[in-house]
Amino acid sequence: MKTLFERTQGLTDIPFHYCPGCTHGIIHRIIGEVLEELHLLENTVGVTGVGCAGFAEQYINVDFQGSAHGRAPAVATGIKRAHPELVVFTYQGDGDMVSIGLAEAVHAAARGEKITAFLVNNANYGMTGGQMAPTTLIGQKTATSPYGRQSEQSGFPLDLPVLISNLPGAAYVATVTVDTPQNVFKAKRAVRQAFKTQMDGLGFSLVQFLSTCPTNWGLTPVESIQWMQDNMFPVFRIGELKQPQ
Amino acid sequence: METMFMKGNEAVAEGALQAGCRLYFGYPITPSTEIIEYMAKHLPARGGTFVQSESEVAAIYMVFGAAGSGERVMTASSGLGISLMQEGLSYMAANELPAVLVNIMRTGPGLGGLGPMQGDYFQATKGGGHGDYSLLVLAPASVQEMADLTMTAFDLADEYRNPVLILADAALGQMMEPVTFGAREPKRYDKPWATTGAKGRKRNLVTSYNLQNEVGEQKSIYLEEKYRFIQERLQWAETYQTEDAEYVLVAYGTSARIAKGVVNALRENGVKAGLVRPITLWPFPSKVFTPLNERVKGYLVVEMSAGQMIEDVRLSTEGKVPVAFYRRQGGIVPQHDEILEEFAHAFSVGGILA
Amino acid sequence: MSAMVEINADLCKGCGICVSVCPSRVLALGQVVNSQGYATAVPVLPMACTGCRYCAVMCPDVAIRVMLT
Repeated sequence: MKTLFERTQGLTDIPFHYCPGCTHGIIHRIIGEVLEELHLLENTVGVTGVGCAGFAEQYINVDFQGSAHGRAPAVATGIKRAHPELVVFTYQGDGDMVSIGLAEAVHAAARGEKITAFLVNNANYGMTGGQMAPTTLIGQKTATSPYGRQSEQSGFPLDLPVLISNLPGAAYVATVTVDTPQNVFKAKRAVRQAFKTQMDGLGFSLVQFLSTCPTNWGLTPVESIQWMQDNMFPVFRIGELKQPQ
Repeated sequence: METMFMKGNEAVAEGALQAGCRLYFGYPITPSTEIIEYMAKHLPARGGTFVQSESEVAAIYMVFGAAGSGERVMTASSGLGISLMQEGLSYMAANELPAVLVNIMRTGPGLGGLGPMQGDYFQATKGGGHGDYSLLVLAPASVQEMADLTMTAFDLADEYRNPVLILADAALGQMMEPVTFGAREPKRYDKPWATTGAKGRKRNLVTSYNLQNEVGEQKSIYLEEKYRFIQERLQWAETYQTEDAEYVLVAYGTSARIAKGVVNALRENGVKAGLVRPITLWPFPSKVFTPLNERVKGYLVVEMSAGQMIEDVRLSTEGKVPVAFYRRQGGIVPQHDEILEEFAHAFSVGGILA
Repeated sequence: MSAMVEINADLCKGCGICVSVCPSRVLALGQVVNSQGYATAVPVLPMACTGCRYCAVMCPDVAIRVMLT
């Protein structure tokens, strides 16, 4: 009986705590698969932000450090500068990286730190119960934008990769989605490209995953994917925004 | 043996380099900036790594990452920057990460000025961040000690797996004195817990969340016992002419330099005075006070703040001995004659100034 | 070529994404509730499976194995 698909060694065997249908799980898996395929499990260190995915170190099968909220790119800088031979990546949510941690993210890219940042954007603060984040869409209702986000009061969604791709230190920047099998394959290619960019020493790499949050969006998992396609895809620039020359 | 004429700040940096500090992450701030400049110039030249961060917040988390990867690492700032680092220090204590911090204190609160002050004592010794934790805090009083205590700090950090803070001030940072560097080989400490890539071992996790309160309590008790263990072993103070002293001045850092002169003046006037100069501010050297409490008639605490270390002195006297206080603030250093005057006033020793 | 889907009922949270992406309608949410209280996905048309792996690729809990029979 030949196996066509089975769980990667890049993941531990601990079941995910994520809500049913939350696509963090898909993103964890493709990162784990790429780490296994590139034989990196023994010389990689991950850094988690704080949020739903603050527990990613339970699941992705490499050494990990847990950063304070927003500071993962700085922690990753410290690790990479201490051990340049290691592959170092951060795994952060949109609240972690695009709100409190924006300075650390932008400056890690501006310095051209040879690290990889994975940004999971579900347009809200998931763990704390669905509050507005800088990525929350105009009109999107959250626990702190109960009448729908008003640009007059709280500005516009922030697409971090668009910001980062303008920095010379950023070598590979992409926004991908995990809404369909085809796009999951594309997302996996972006993950591989990001790690390769790092290993080739070309500079900072960032992959933004548009991701769902059924619980806080108040939708079923399948409806959430539809909502993401209809509402988030038009706002965030999808594709490879920057590739190494 | 190599003797050089250096600023206190440079002595701190050279001491760190000789202690095997491999990485420096920091942000410029007067009056500590010679430290970052010295590191920028000398660390790469000696095979180390220097990064200027975008803020003190980023700096402490870069230190966190490098420390968690098992390397000797350091940062330095002044009170304002150390305030920004408090969350990071709480995280480092919780994760038991060794590193050396330096606070070249200036005046505060707020923007303050560039003069010397000792107003960050509470922040340093009572845990400026959240949760039950402590930093080991060492207080140099000379440029030589700026070098020596920094080197010692790296060993203590690795020994006890805890951040160690050097608490100095603008005067000590900017003054120049001769410094001798002995040929002291830095100790090596095995760090199996570091995140160096899980090759041939189980994964290492440097994380500090406790979702189950039962686990959280165990961790808190563990840290509490760890700090008590350190408090038992590490109570350093210089005692000067206290053997037969009837009155004892208590001061650290720059204040202690002046207080020593006051002790000599009192002795010349027939007053049996002495000085206790705490070197470890956490753990506070209360053991030194125990024998003195039995025979001393009074303590005079001298600080450059509204009075912070005085609380630890009062605790150490167990209420047995009156504690007087003299201070200047805002960047003004307490003067020799002023302290003598306060001493006479406090302890009404007749005709002292006649 | 025919293939077979195996769903780990302990990991499945009954999110229904695999059901929605399977081109051959092999899967459906069953009546059986697992230890976590989720009604897990089950193959209702196992013979129709072509081994395309869409279900496994889209499963947020890595609960699906796909084999060639």
